[in-house]
Amino acid sequence: MHVMEGCLPGPWWQIWFAISIPVIAYGIYKLNKLVDERRDILPLLAVAGAFIFVLSALKLPSVTGSCSHPTGTGLAAILFGPAVTAVLGTIVLLYQALFLAHGGLTTLGANAFSMGIVGPVVAYVIYKAGMKMNLNFYVVVFLAATFGDWATYVVTSIELALAFPSAVGGSLTSFKAFATIFAVTQVPLAIIEGAVTALIFKYIIQVKEDVLVGLNVMTADTIRKIRGSAA
Amino acid sequence: MKGELIVLAIILVFTAQFLYVSSNTDAEFGGADGEAEGVIEEITDGKYEPIAEPLWEPPSGEIESLLFGLQIAFGALIIGYFFGYYQKSRG
Repeated sequence: MHVMEGCLPGPWWQIWFAISIPVIAYGIYKLNKLVDERRDILPLLAVAGAFIFVLSALKLPSVTGSCSHPTGTGLAAILFGPAVTAVLGTIVLLYQALFLAHGGLTTLGANAFSMGIVGPVVAYVIYKAGMKMNLNFYVVVFLAATFGDWATYVVTSIELALAFPSAVGGSLTSFKAFATIFAVTQVPLAIIEGAVTALIFKYIIQVKEDVLVGLNVMTADTIRKIRGSAA
Repeated sequence: MKGELIVLAIILVFTAQFLYVSSNTDAEFGGADGEAEGVIEEITDGKYEPIAEPLWEPPSGEIESLLFGLQIAFGALIIGYFFGYYQKSRG
């Protein structure tokens, strides 16, 4: 769930736009470069975008008795890095803001920051670190996508807490209130997102492993190892 | 098959969790964003007026699920199409 339309007063909504726009602009630049250099990644780019489209439309019931949805950004973040993912995430957010009254135009900057930037950065960093430590590939993907998803909602809670500090206890108290809703609800959903993302990677390795090597997602050696141990 | 089984197990646990919560509490399973709006109201004593309204809202819950359904169908179509394309091009 994104920050609702109109629910961030100035200067907050402008601040989040100011932070997000440069990242998205850089993402568009990187995306153009990537597409120019490697036409063969286009289908995979479409798949990564579509994955965000699908997962962010699935509102799932959670232990807290309320519903929220995964983000789907972990896949794109691991494949193409956080900047390109910011562009893909923003497209989905724009669609939902315009046609579904879900999220909003004034809160687009804040939502792009949480779902398009911080979540993917967290996923990307965990992925790179995990691969360096030589952990099992699928476990690393699971952890990256799970925590990327979860981080998105922690940031959503922070954004709301900063804009609405509680009269008693300030932003920290309101953070607890918002996090109880967003971050706690998200835990089971994030786990599902992590598992599904790992499964998608299994299929990508089955049908198109050369592109993963080309994108520096993994080495040919790692792929040989994974195939040897067949998930 | 190991990967699929693990995902299936996680989804089953998730389903069990949902069945348990829905039959043991009177949870409404509304959106988390709606609940956050409630918290905003509490914190500001109901004084906060949203600075903007959505330009357009789906006129009913049915239309909203239609649009969400289309979003999912369109995305799933692209994913399936390109996996098929890759599979075929391996020859």
